[in-house]
Amino acid sequence: MPALWELTIHEAAELLRRREISSVELTRAHLERITQVEHAVRAFLTLTPELALSQAEAADKKLAAGEAASPLLGIPLAIKDVICTQGVRTTCGSHILENFVPPYDATVMQRLNAAGVVMLGKTNMDEFAMGSSTENSAYYPTRNPWDLERVPGGSSGGSAAAVAAGEALGSLGSDTGGSIRQPGALCNLTAVKTSYGRVSRYGLVAFASSLDQIGPFTRDARDAAILLQAIAGADPLDSTAVNVPVPDYSAALTGDLSGIRVGVPAEYWVEGTEPGVVKSVRAAIETLRDLGAEVGEVSLPHTRYGVASYYIIAPAEASANLARYDGIKYGFAVRDGVEDLWDAYARTRQAGFGPEVKRRIMIGTYALSSGYYDAYYLRAEKMRTLIKQDFDRAFERFDVLVSPTSPTVAFKIGEKTENPYQMYLSDVFTIPANLAGICGLSMPGPFSDGLPVGVQLLGNAFKEDVILRVADAYQRATNYHLQRPALNIQSAA
Amino acid sequence: MTITRKDVENVAALARLGLSEAEKERMVSQLGIILENMAILQEVDVSEVPASASVLPMHNVVSPDQPRPSDAPQTLLANAPAAEENYLRVPAVLEEGN
Repeated sequence: MPALWELTIHEAAELLRRREISSVELTRAHLERITQVEHAVRAFLTLTPELALSQAEAADKKLAAGEAASPLLGIPLAIKDVICTQGVRTTCGSHILENFVPPYDATVMQRLNAAGVVMLGKTNMDEFAMGSSTENSAYYPTRNPWDLERVPGGSSGGSAAAVAAGEALGSLGSDTGGSIRQPGALCNLTAVKTSYGRVSRYGLVAFASSLDQIGPFTRDARDAAILLQAIAGADPLDSTAVNVPVPDYSAALTGDLSGIRVGVPAEYWVEGTEPGVVKSVRAAIETLRDLGAEVGEVSLPHTRYGVASYYIIAPAEASANLARYDGIKYGFAVRDGVEDLWDAYARTRQAGFGPEVKRRIMIGTYALSSGYYDAYYLRAEKMRTLIKQDFDRAFERFDVLVSPTSPTVAFKIGEKTENPYQMYLSDVFTIPANLAGICGLSMPGPFSDGLPVGVQLLGNAFKEDVILRVADAYQRATNYHLQRPALNIQSAA
Repeated sequence: MTITRKDVENVAALARLGLSEAEKERMVSQLGIILENMAILQEVDVSEVPASASVLPMHNVVSPDQPRPSDAPQTLLANAPAAEENYLRVPAVLEEGN
């Protein structure tokens, strides 16, 4: 029998339901695992062991009462530190929110708490979710459990590393341009970017409001279906969480790919993609064909404008959203020796934000400023229309599009920090889905030199059931998702 | 499109963002590189293309006009850097003599 921290959510839920283990035992196993590996991985910004054990005890009472329970009852999870948790500090990886304790729970937390989950802690991230490596955290970088010298990806790097390292059975992240799928790829997880409007953002600290979405990190597609089921659906507190029926995601996992049309976008095999990544994803496509899917080529002609459009739209929205961090209502504030209110704003923001956040506020403010609005922001919004139309046409002929999630495997810590634009190119395959509002996931494919490679599946808006079905069928036929990092802490010390 | 130091200072003022001299230097070069890479967007004729601010067909959503409990002032002020009674304390807004 594997250790309790090695299980999937559905395996642990089954053991809990049969009363073979208790949630307190399961939670203790995770807290011990965290004690062993966290000093090397650094996936968390805040640990909540007392809260976790009290939630586990409550879950055990419900399990003993034999209540018809959610499959998440008593399951230990980790939550990205961009999601508000009542009474538990929520920093967004920034100094400016170092002491911020939310007075309320995000809707996704209300739903997870209602399901009876155990929260182990809040995970590390690039400051305000801006980055692709978690090196932009104001606190410390998180390390990839597959190779501690490498990044876990980002911005949800802590959420990905926690699950990969056995520090949680699953986690939540947020994806604005790839921040769930890319770390999922680099850490060998199933990681879902939900369709725009599928999951409430109430209590998700806003980065780019037309792009941000919450989604799960798990060890397989079956677990992703369980977590997504718990958080999806309309919310009176978020008018962008629309009233589209939520299908039964677990029931969609039929294992059958007959009739599924898989499109391979010609533009997603760009120069600069590592040969090991190309080989892995090509092999995964052949496996899907062997499993009965029809595979054909498709063109998404405006792909090459995705990164540039995104790095105007996202910073523009961020510059507006981050205007609220002024040192008045909450968060870090510079007050000593300030001349007046304006000076207090400028000095609070200078000391409170890190370099990448400042860069994006500057780009965004520039793109929205008088004289440049038409040339940058408006043009990028028009390009978004063209990118969306590319996908609309592609989904007339195909159910799923397949590509690499990231052009590279996990890179070395420090490798891309000197050139911001080089870092932005990490998101070249993930950004278009955010611009178009469609759903996508990353699933583990064949490894490249011992490092994980993510295979991206893109589905039309609100078709999470379809991409989860394809991922599950692939995982029934392969064992890449079952591989776990050796995480040899001794030799790394 | 080159970015000058004056551009950086203007934009930083609009964003209420203080920058050190070294940060201004870095912004001039880094924003320059980033904006050079944005030039690719000028390749496409978008004159006939409508802009998409959102991918959803958005409609106004109106809540029912019903009173609901809200947080107590003390709860909301607990995170404030400075508060007095039920008020936020802020640095001087008006210049002296006004």
